[in-house]
Amino acid sequence: MAQKLSNQLLVAFYKEMLLGRRIEERVGQLYVQQKFSGFCHLYIGQEAVGTGCLNAIRKGQDYVITGYRDHFLPIILGMDPGMMLSELLGKVTGCARGKGGSMHMFSEKLRFMGGHGIVGGQVPLAVGAAWKIKYNKEDNVALCFLGDAAINQGQFHEALNMAAIWDLPCIIIIENNMYGMGTAISRTCSLNNLADRAKGYNMRQAIVDGRNVVNTYNQMKEIVEETRKTSKPILVEIQTYRFRGHSVSDPGNYRTKEEVEKERSRDCLILLKDIMLQQKAAKEDDFETYEEEIADIVEKAVTFADEAPEPGLEEIYEHVLV
Amino acid sequence: MAILTLREALNQALTEEMERDPSVFIMGEEVAQYDGAYKVTKGMLAKFGPMRVVDSPISEAGFAGLGVGAAMCGLRPVIEMMTWNFAIQAFDQIINHAAKMLYMSGGQYKVPMVIRGPHGAAHMLGAQHSQCVDHMLVNCPGLKIVSTVIPAEAKGLMKSAIRDDNTVLFLESEMLYGRSGEVPEGEYTIPLGVGDIKREGTDVTLVAWNKMVLLALDVAAELEKEGISVEIVDPRTLMPLDEDMIFNSVRKTNRLVVLEEGWGVASFGCHIVDRVVKECFDYLDAPPERVTNLFVPMPYNERLEHEVMPTAERTISAIKAVLYK
Ligand SMILES: Cc1ncc(C[n+]2csc(CCOP(=O)(O)OP(=O)(O)O)c2C)c(N)n1
Repeated sequence: MAQKLSNQLLVAFYKEMLLGRRIEERVGQLYVQQKFSGFCHLYIGQEAVGTGCLNAIRKGQDYVITGYRDHFLPIILGMDPGMMLSELLGKVTGCARGKGGSMHMFSEKLRFMGGHGIVGGQVPLAVGAAWKIKYNKEDNVALCFLGDAAINQGQFHEALNMAAIWDLPCIIIIENNMYGMGTAISRTCSLNNLADRAKGYNMRQAIVDGRNVVNTYNQMKEIVEETRKTSKPILVEIQTYRFRGHSVSDPGNYRTKEEVEKERSRDCLILLKDIMLQQKAAKEDDFETYEEEIADIVEKAVTFADEAPEPGLEEIYEHVLV
Repeated sequence: MAILTLREALNQALTEEMERDPSVFIMGEEVAQYDGAYKVTKGMLAKFGPMRVVDSPISEAGFAGLGVGAAMCGLRPVIEMMTWNFAIQAFDQIINHAAKMLYMSGGQYKVPMVIRGPHGAAHMLGAQHSQCVDHMLVNCPGLKIVSTVIPAEAKGLMKSAIRDDNTVLFLESEMLYGRSGEVPEGEYTIPLGVGDIKREGTDVTLVAWNKMVLLALDVAAELEKEGISVEIVDPRTLMPLDEDMIFNSVRKTNRLVVLEEGWGVASFGCHIVDRVVKECFDYLDAPPERVTNLFVPMPYNERLEHEVMPTAERTISAIKAVLYK
C-alpha cells in the first residue's frame, strides 16, 4: 500500500494503538491483583487490526460486532476507557451496567453490537445488521470481527451464504492470530489462505497484513468504500499475532519461544514508529510524551473504575424482559 | 364474525401487522414463492415483495441469527421455522443470543423478534418430526412463549407478539392449521401473559395448552355425562405465565391435573405443579396429577403413536385419581 498517511493521522493511530496496548497491560495486572475474575482475553499484538479497520468506517453509523476479545474495539469507536474498565470490574458505570463483563461489552449509541462469547455466533448477527442496512436502503456497512478458529463453525458458513445470495453490505474480518486457544489453525483448517473460504460462496475476498496499520487502514478504506457502493459482502483475512496466551490464565506453552520472539519483532507499534520516524511525523523524544499522555489516561480510567459503585441488588431483575 | 382456519388467522395477523408497520418482515424456508410449507404465508409475497417476505436457505441458526441482528438494529423480524424440530439447530441463537441480549447489554439492545412455527407430533412423522419444545425453552429467562391452536387467539396473540419488544416464541401445531373457528375482524389483540378459562367447572382444574386444549374439551364433555365438572384453564402464554388464573381455579376446585404434550421429565407441567403446591397447598384435596407423553422417542406406527401421546383414557383416569373415584 503505497499511499502515505498524513503525519497527524499517523500520530493519532500511534496514540490509539498505544492506548490499546497499555490499557490491556493494565487489565492484565488488575486481573492478577484479583480486581476482577472470569475470562479475560487480551488484544495485545493485534492493535493495528482494530485501529486500521475502525478508522476506515463511519464511527457510530456503521455497525460493529466482535467475539470475546472485545476490550479495545469499543474504545476505538469512542467509548470512554473508564466505562470499559468499569465494566470489567463489574461496576454499574460499565458500558453494560456490570452485567456483561469482559466478553460482553456493548454500546448501542456507538452501534457496537457487542462482544460475544459463543465462537462464531456473532456472524449471523452481523449479517442481520447488514440486512437492516439494505432493508432501509442505507449506505452503511456492518463489520464483523471473528477469530481464525471461528471459521470452522457452521453458523459462519450459514451467514456467509446468506450475505452472498442477498448482496448484503457485510465485511467479515477474520483476525488470524494463528491460534484458537492452544490449537494452531493449520491443524483445524485445510486452507492456507483463510479468505479462500469466500470462494465457496462466490464472495469477494482480501488478505491484509495486519501488522502495518498504514497498510491495514488503506486497504480497509478501499474495502469499506467498495462495500458501501456495491452492497456486496467480503471476507477479509487480516494476519496478525497475539503476544500473550489465549486468556490471562494461559501461559501459551504450545508456541515456541523463537516463534513468539520472531513475531514480537514485527510488533505493530514498532513498525508504526519506524514509519513515523522515516516520514518525520515524529521525533524520538515525542514517543516519550505519548507514553506519558497515555499513562495518564489509563490511570485516570483505572481510578474511575476502581472507585465506581457496584450495581444495586435491584438490578438483578432489570432487563430480563423489556 | 368470520370463520377462519388457524392458518388463515395467522396469515391475517401477519398481513395486518406488516401493513401497519414497515419494519416487520417475514423470513424462513419456503415462506415466499412456495406460499409457506403449511401455507401460513399464502399470498404475502405478492402483497409485500421479496424484501419483506423472504425465502431463506435451509440454515436455521443462520436466519434466526440474522433475525437477532436485524432486531438489534431496529427491524421487527418474524422468523418462520418450518417446524420447531428444526429450530433446535437454532437454539444457540435463541438461547445464547436472543434471550440474553437485553440483559448482558445492560438494557441497551432489545431483540423484538417473533419466531413461529408448529411443534409437537403431527401424524406418523416419526421421532425427528414430532417433538415438543416448550419444556426446553421455558426455563430460559429473557423469552416470551406463546402456545395456541385456537384461530382467534392465534390472531390476537400474534399481533401482540409482533408488537412486543421482546423475543416471542410462538408455538403452533401442524395438525390444526386447517381447523377453523370464529375470528374477530380487523384490529384485535390479546395481551401476552393473560390466560383463558376454556370451560368453567367446579370439581377439578385441568390445565392444558396448545392442542391439548382440544383433548381437554373432549374429556370434559365425556366426564360431564358422569356428573364430573371439569374446569379447563389454558395459560396461552407459558411465559410470562398467568399464575393467578391457575391458582384461583385450584382454590375453587381444590384439585389439579396438568395435561401436556411432550415429555414429563422436568417439564412445564412440573413447574405448574410446583407453583400450585407452594401457593395453594392448603386448598388441595389430593396430590396433583400429570398426563404427558410416554418417555420414549415418538414411534412411527399409528397405534403406538396414539398410545405415546396423552390419551383421553389416561386423562380421565388422572382426573378420577384426584377425585378419588
Ligand atoms: C461455540 C464455542 N465453542 C467453544 C468455545 C470455547 N472457546 C473460547 S475461545 C476459543 C478459541 C477461539 O479462537 P479464535 O476464534 O481463533 O479466536 P481468538 O481467541 O484467536 O481471538 C474456544 C475454543 C466457545 N466459546 N464457543
